[in-house]
Amino acid sequence: MVDDDDDCERMTPSRRAVLGAAGALFAWSFVPTFAYAAAGARDPRFLLVVLRGALDGLSAVPPIGDPDYAALRDDIALTRDGTDAALPLDGFFYLHPAMPNLARLYASGQAAIVHAAATGYRERSHFDGQDVLESGQAGPGHTASGWLNRLLASLPAGEGISRKGVLGVGVVPPLVVRGDAPILGWAPPRMDRAGTDLIQRLEDLYGQRDPGLARALAQAKMTEEIAQRRGMGSEIKGGGGPDSTDGMKRIAEGAAALVGADDGPRIAALAFEGWDTHANEGGAKGRLAQLLGGLDGALAAFEQGLKPVWKDTVVMVVTEFGRTARVNGTVGTDHGTGTVAFLVGGAVKGGRMIVDWPGLKPEQLYEKRDLKPTTDIRAVAKGVVSDLFGLSGPVLAEKVFPGSGGIGPMAGLVG
Amino acid sequence: MASPSDARSDSVGLQRFGLGSALGARAELRVSARDRLLAEIDRRVLPQPAGVPFSGAAEIGSALYAFEDREKIEREARRAAETKVAAAPPVPGPSVPATSQNQMAQPNPANAKPANAKPVNEPALPYRTYRDEVLARTRLALEAETGLGERMVQFWSNHFCIGATKSNMTRIMAGAYEREAIRPHVFGRFEDMLVAAESHPAMLDFLDNRLSIGPSSPAGKRRGRGLNENLAREILELHTLGVSGGYAQVDVTNLARIITGWTVVGREAVLGFPGSFAFNAGLHEPGAPAMLGRHYGQPGKAQGLAAFSDLANHPATADFIALKLVRHFVADDPPAALVRDLSAEFRRTQGDLAAVSRALITSNSAWKAEPTKIRSPQEFLIAAFRALGRKPDFGQIAGPLNAMGQPFWQPSGPNGYPDTNDAWASPEGIKTRIDVAAGWGRQAAGTVPDPRALTEDILGPLLSAETRQAVARADSKPQALALLLMSPEFQRR
Repeated sequence: MVDDDDDCERMTPSRRAVLGAAGALFAWSFVPTFAYAAAGARDPRFLLVVLRGALDGLSAVPPIGDPDYAALRDDIALTRDGTDAALPLDGFFYLHPAMPNLARLYASGQAAIVHAAATGYRERSHFDGQDVLESGQAGPGHTASGWLNRLLASLPAGEGISRKGVLGVGVVPPLVVRGDAPILGWAPPRMDRAGTDLIQRLEDLYGQRDPGLARALAQAKMTEEIAQRRGMGSEIKGGGGPDSTDGMKRIAEGAAALVGADDGPRIAALAFEGWDTHANEGGAKGRLAQLLGGLDGALAAFEQGLKPVWKDTVVMVVTEFGRTARVNGTVGTDHGTGTVAFLVGGAVKGGRMIVDWPGLKPEQLYEKRDLKPTTDIRAVAKGVVSDLFGLSGPVLAEKVFPGSGGIGPMAGLVG
Repeated sequence: MASPSDARSDSVGLQRFGLGSALGARAELRVSARDRLLAEIDRRVLPQPAGVPFSGAAEIGSALYAFEDREKIEREARRAAETKVAAAPPVPGPSVPATSQNQMAQPNPANAKPANAKPVNEPALPYRTYRDEVLARTRLALEAETGLGERMVQFWSNHFCIGATKSNMTRIMAGAYEREAIRPHVFGRFEDMLVAAESHPAMLDFLDNRLSIGPSSPAGKRRGRGLNENLAREILELHTLGVSGGYAQVDVTNLARIITGWTVVGREAVLGFPGSFAFNAGLHEPGAPAMLGRHYGQPGKAQGLAAFSDLANHPATADFIALKLVRHFVADDPPAALVRDLSAEFRRTQGDLAAVSRALITSNSAWKAEPTKIRSPQEFLIAAFRALGRKPDFGQIAGPLNAMGQPFWQPSGPNGYPDTNDAWASPEGIKTRIDVAAGWGRQAAGTVPDPRALTEDILGPLLSAETRQAVARADSKPQALALLLMSPEFQRR
């Protein structure tokens, strides 16, 4: 459970405090629950947002200070002044004008932005790219379980985080939460709920006849109970999907309510869709701007819904890969490589760009076409979860992100 | 006389390869179930949906363009009126999505109504057409004998999926796409289906090929525009070879070059009927690009056809299709021997899908496998409607399918809907199914005389003592029907 000595030498003070919490976790099955609130202990929340379709990192966080940026981006380039000016970050990087909430969180030290990042995947299939991102494996073809599920399974058993399960938002749970550890499911309600008596009878029937369905139903019931205690009724039905502003907000609100509950899951994953901007991507306004506005609204909904635990929260926003550096023949961008990831939350050591900028000259691009990745998303994810949950380097490298021994956890992401 | 175990596998076979038996036809259907399935393959031709508003893409195109022109005039008139009233420049509000992307073309009630306002609750033309197509398709599925052909339509429609939410054009053409590109070929040749799908206006719009221009073509040089590789990539990755089928980025880019000029006729009708497919030589990239090591120097459209023919007959395509078929019909973890057999049959017959389907049905490992797969939401809906003898009603189809995550023709990406238990038998998925089943139970309670008899009739040799007892002990008729629909025997196939 505890890191080996080598790791301890590089430990930051904040990390030391977290290991205290990890010790408390370990002892949970033996001590009364007041250990939960012990001084220095943290009851962390981690939410992973997957943007399906490959977010254009060069539009979300444009490097306007790079002399090659404007020419590559042509009609969709963002500018540092004018009516639709991008929002300033560090003078070199800017933020898309559709994301004022993220800009505010960044300015107040509650958001960090990783640029020129990618998983270990170097081809350009969405579906393999998402599988790699979510399975946490070094390459495609492993879809039996997701890394958040294995993370949960690697935490000590007992009354702790692992018992509370991992929340996968959506009728179809994202791969990142699938696996042997308990999965909770929730989606914005669309139907009248069935009566509890019918549920009870089906539980009995499945218990006798079908273990798979029995398990799914038991886990669904757990979420339902928390949702009821949180007053999440089924009063609002319908609404937009996960590619709409209203849908993203509703999903974020629901996830925040569940993760914010005392007895709720501590780890959750959700997905927003529609980021595959091959044509008419738009600049300061347009299709991508609309989506980024939806994401920005979702971040605000997390902050609002998780207010009491926001100081212990990290929201990580990732996508399968980036898009071509140069605008394509149809005023959009094709599948690329390097892109951005966002870390947002009161627990984030924010207000900074985390980047080793590769440049945008033709020879600096990956295969002369994409932003070259210089940071592995796994290093970021490992850094965050090791700080939040106290997992050791070897566990992370063997169980959570198999074969990632050469990629150390990035230090100092959580404060 | 069939032995009990034969009767059981016949029942499993009908659920696995068909849509569940229709009200009042169950006992007979189970007699020689396999022969009935095979006879459906031998007929080769499936019925076409009746009562659809447009015969095909060409007819739809004119109507769609006229609709969009009308919308534009109305929008401009509205704006002019607003400007006059406000007598000031409009305040920049939250940005509005491009009308061609990700939204249904429904009338916006918030807007001022134009003079020729549509009747209340009557959706706009693309959505109305989509609705009528969904109803016509569902009617066929409810009337089918075994439903094997309809299951194959679902399978291939998902394999070559388009997404109705992309644009007005994909929404209004979603049904026509399936009728024109998929349905005629499910027991025909794979290559014919491939060409029909990739040249259909709905696909050319969905995956952007209608916008792709050869950089060195006359139009490319004039306008300084270029390639869009979206369709080319998905043809290789999702429609033919599969992602590990051995192609590289250069093959993607070159296939994109090869199919430049495969486009949709615009409203000016220069190359044909508005909204129909056309090859536009003015957009086509000159030269003989290489794909998978072979150069394609044919003139014009023939270049793409030659590339498609090679892709259809590539061994990786045979393997990929065989794997997907077995995973869909038999098991999440497909038996390798069965996949090999189907792939071999695909290659032996140059992609004769009737022969491949026959090999699947006649295989004992496919026939005798335990029913482990959960029915997809669409299968569940059709099977429930057949069992309860329900008539199709759009709201009762679209609402539950949306809630369960599988509305017709709108997967979230070009890889289509998932096809495994971990997608559909999730906690939230099962919970939503129960909600849906409870609603159907309430609605059908008045028309089903005796849920116990219906349960015996529907599940036949599959019915377990536990499910029989659960239905018998239900506290109401709606609850009994919900228990039948949610029983493991009804859910798994």
